[in-house]
Amino acid sequence: MNGRKTILAGIAAGALVTVAVAGPAAARDLTVVSWGGAYQDAQREVYFKPFVEATKIKLLEESWDGGVGVLRAKIQGGNNNWDVVQVESEELVLGCEEGLYEKIDWEKVGGKDKLMDDAVHECGVGTIVYNFILSYDADRIKDGPKSWADFWNVQKWPGKRALRKGPKTNLEIALMADGVPPAEVYKTLATEAGIERAFRKLDELKPHLIWWEKGSQPPQLLAAGEVAMTSAYNGRIAAANQNDKKNFRIVWQNSLYTVDYWVIMKGTPNKAQAEQFIHFASLPENQAKLPAKIPYGVTAKAATAMIDPKILPELPTAPENIATALYINEPFWVENLDRLNQRFNAWVAR
Amino acid sequence: MALPPNATTGQRISRVVLYAVTALVCLFLVLPILAIVPLSFSAGSFLHYPLPGLSTRWYAEFFTSQFWLPAIWNSLVVGIAATVLASALGTLAAIGLWRTRFPGRAAAIAFIASPMVVPEVVAAVGIYFAFAPAGLTNSYTGLILAHTALATPFVVITVLATLTGFDPTLLRAAGSLGASPVTAFFRVMLPLIMPGVVSGALFAFAISFDDVIMALFLAGPGQRTLPRQMFSGINENISLTITAAATLLILTSVALMACVELLRRRAARLRGEA
Amino acid sequence: MIQAATVETTEIPALKRLLRRSQRRQQVTAIALVAPLLVFLLLTYIGPIGALLSRGILDPEVPSVLPRTTAALATWDGRELPPEVAFAALVADMREARSAGTLAAAATRLNYDINGFRSLMFSTARRLPAEIDSARDTLIGIDPKWGERETWAAIRRASGPVGDFYLLAALDLRRDADGNIVAAPEDQAIFIDVIARTFLISGVVTALCLVLGYPVAYVLATLPARSAGLLMIFVLLPFWTSLLVRTAAWVVVLQREGIVNSLLLGIGIIEQPLEMIFNRFAVYVAMTHILLPFMILPLYSVMKGIPAVHLRAAASLGAPPFTVFRRVYLPQTLPGIGAGCLLVFIQALGYYITPALVGGAEDQMISYLIAFYASRTINWGMAAALSILLLAATLVLCAVYGRLVGFGRVRPG
Repeated sequence: MNGRKTILAGIAAGALVTVAVAGPAAARDLTVVSWGGAYQDAQREVYFKPFVEATKIKLLEESWDGGVGVLRAKIQGGNNNWDVVQVESEELVLGCEEGLYEKIDWEKVGGKDKLMDDAVHECGVGTIVYNFILSYDADRIKDGPKSWADFWNVQKWPGKRALRKGPKTNLEIALMADGVPPAEVYKTLATEAGIERAFRKLDELKPHLIWWEKGSQPPQLLAAGEVAMTSAYNGRIAAANQNDKKNFRIVWQNSLYTVDYWVIMKGTPNKAQAEQFIHFASLPENQAKLPAKIPYGVTAKAATAMIDPKILPELPTAPENIATALYINEPFWVENLDRLNQRFNAWVAR
Repeated sequence: MALPPNATTGQRISRVVLYAVTALVCLFLVLPILAIVPLSFSAGSFLHYPLPGLSTRWYAEFFTSQFWLPAIWNSLVVGIAATVLASALGTLAAIGLWRTRFPGRAAAIAFIASPMVVPEVVAAVGIYFAFAPAGLTNSYTGLILAHTALATPFVVITVLATLTGFDPTLLRAAGSLGASPVTAFFRVMLPLIMPGVVSGALFAFAISFDDVIMALFLAGPGQRTLPRQMFSGINENISLTITAAATLLILTSVALMACVELLRRRAARLRGEA
Repeated sequence: MIQAATVETTEIPALKRLLRRSQRRQQVTAIALVAPLLVFLLLTYIGPIGALLSRGILDPEVPSVLPRTTAALATWDGRELPPEVAFAALVADMREARSAGTLAAAATRLNYDINGFRSLMFSTARRLPAEIDSARDTLIGIDPKWGERETWAAIRRASGPVGDFYLLAALDLRRDADGNIVAAPEDQAIFIDVIARTFLISGVVTALCLVLGYPVAYVLATLPARSAGLLMIFVLLPFWTSLLVRTAAWVVVLQREGIVNSLLLGIGIIEQPLEMIFNRFAVYVAMTHILLPFMILPLYSVMKGIPAVHLRAAASLGAPPFTVFRRVYLPQTLPGIGAGCLLVFIQALGYYITPALVGGAEDQMISYLIAFYASRTINWGMAAALSILLLAATLVLCAVYGRLVGFGRVRPG
């Protein structure tokens, strides 16, 4: 009996040693979460690698595809492993209200006055300006679509369409395709009838729709010919043209634009490093390098002057691009996101 | 079963149809898997044939990427630790179950077999909620424990199967010759059931090495395993690097399969069955 | 003789005792050997799953965040608006919860019941004035929804500590203001659809596996050992290959510009690429491919045990080949068919990764919803309730399997 107990103890000890060697990640490295694909590739070159080089702080990358629920799960689940996350505007406001983020100490991240006004929030530091645009492959479609109404025209342009999975942007797109002028979109959505109208319009296209979740998917879907047209982030499309020699077109007509923010997750053990990182990524000389890799607008006031003028027409901030664009109404989505998410998820799964 | 010499034409035709169907199903089973192997040696970047030329560029990309190599390392750490734990716990339990009947034995078996039956998503969500407050998510430890739980039933079953061919009087003989139970276990029992223990360990490793659902829920960015990395690869951007990773995984599974098959034959020979 | 008899009568009880003691020692040893694994599984597997499932019937958020309100509503008859005390209790609870940062937990829970409740709670808490005369008038003034019976009934329904809310929701049911069980509104009723779809996909995959697997198992069982061994490799290779690799393989094969389409276009059979991925077709194909070995192996082991003599005897008695098959062979393979079908069906029910990667939004199964609620919206109650349903279906089928086949056969490899 004693002998067997010894074996048991021995095996248990051995197993424990194995587990202990593998070790819990007690002090984890600074984890920065962004949106993957070509965008994160660009961020890696412009921000992540130079930051690690300059500060010798270890940095782990992760990518996600949005959703305030994911952040709630991280904080309320009790074992958050993210430090700095790039979030969309309504995630910023909702999460800030619910205490998911640290308040920004503007002294530590470079100061409010260095950034454009839209980039300043008590919980977040704006980092890019970008657009949801309509895109298609000009190598496959010669006489391409010009508007969201054309996106619905499956007679003239047969083939699947892709939209981002979720109600945000799609309800706006559906209304504009249905003839609502951009200035009227949120007024219409404020009524139940307007929401009903948007869903009915989406219903028309549903048999032809597939859904993307990650920003890297639309250029993939276009490249593989899975879809004839898709909504997409403007930068991903330009990056695919630049890096993979594609001939994708961007339709700026009635595109939707917004700002993404860096936030610091509540209670992180890496708060100081996180602030250091955001500071680094908000310096105009660093931001100015981003548009060359992926044409998104940046938020540091002084950065615009440093950007290669050849790229400027490709940026969301170019006058002709912004002329017909719709600014995504963040208060509307803060108020309605949960409700419409639920409705959208039920609609899409059916 | 050979056809009798007096088989009718009808019988011959149905035989040909049967073999043709079998051949097609077999092709269906292996062709998709084998089809991605040559693609990984493509010089181009398209996912179809004919190949524009041969190269090892996708393997070069695989082995120089900052994501894939750590993923292999993570898979090995988790896989080996889970295998050691599962083999130890599973072998002991199998011996206990084999030794004698005891009250609650049926319930114990149902408990032990549950990871084979419970849908993995249910288990992963449950473990996630239990491990998160304990700080076991985003750590190797949590993933190792979860994989161990998934793998133990396979160890228990494999070892139990080997034990049915083990004669308990050998232990008594060893005891009567003065060997302590520990000595009897290590010198008499373990060598004889070793093929079963090793097959069980290989199964355990295969389970851990294959798992993606637990990794999706429990692993943080520092513990991304190979399947987890493949999952995001397929989801995000299916490039030929993935076919290189897949080819390496296929080689691993062929090696594991060959080992288990050899062990099974050896064990059968030892039992005098084949 | 007499001596011998006395020896027997005194020795036997002693022997019995010895035997019993040795048996007991054996049992203790056996239990001691099994115990470490049982404890391990209890802590890392069974316990966590049990804790998860309990979330399907627990309803703790609202009573802990709004304790005064739930207490005030306990005596409310539900026929008219609750009394002023309930309104005042809610105002007090809201103020406290807002400053403690716990309002979100209760608001989220109530929002599951009535879509829009979350915004109602937060906007009300935001607009509460410092001084209040009538809590009732103030709240209704902020939002007329506080003047509706349904709003208060939702709070009372969530008063916990246990409740059937999630389980009902998982079946597309809910309770109305009067407590009757009614169908959920159409824009929330998705679960029955997904459950039905899960069973449909599992059924179709099982049928496909049977149709494809039966002839292969038959050929395997009747070929000479050497050729059978070779053929077996075709079954075992996919069995051992990583699930992710096989799923990736199907993505590569079925893509719009993947292997099959480029081949068919090249030969000129089709002019437009076929749509074979992100739809139900891809889910059926990939899942059948992955689960087929689980059909072939049990069929094979049963067929291997059927003596060829039976068939020859039937044939020599003049039965035509099809009759021999239908009347003699098929019935003897029924245990194999039962085992294979249940094995495939049970596994298919829990599938997640493959449909997620090759299917479209309309092809996701119940596991997808569980993962969705767990990781994207942290609706633990919903994830738990769906888990209860999935696990119950699985266990019932397992019990059937145990009855029909016995668990001795569940063997890897």
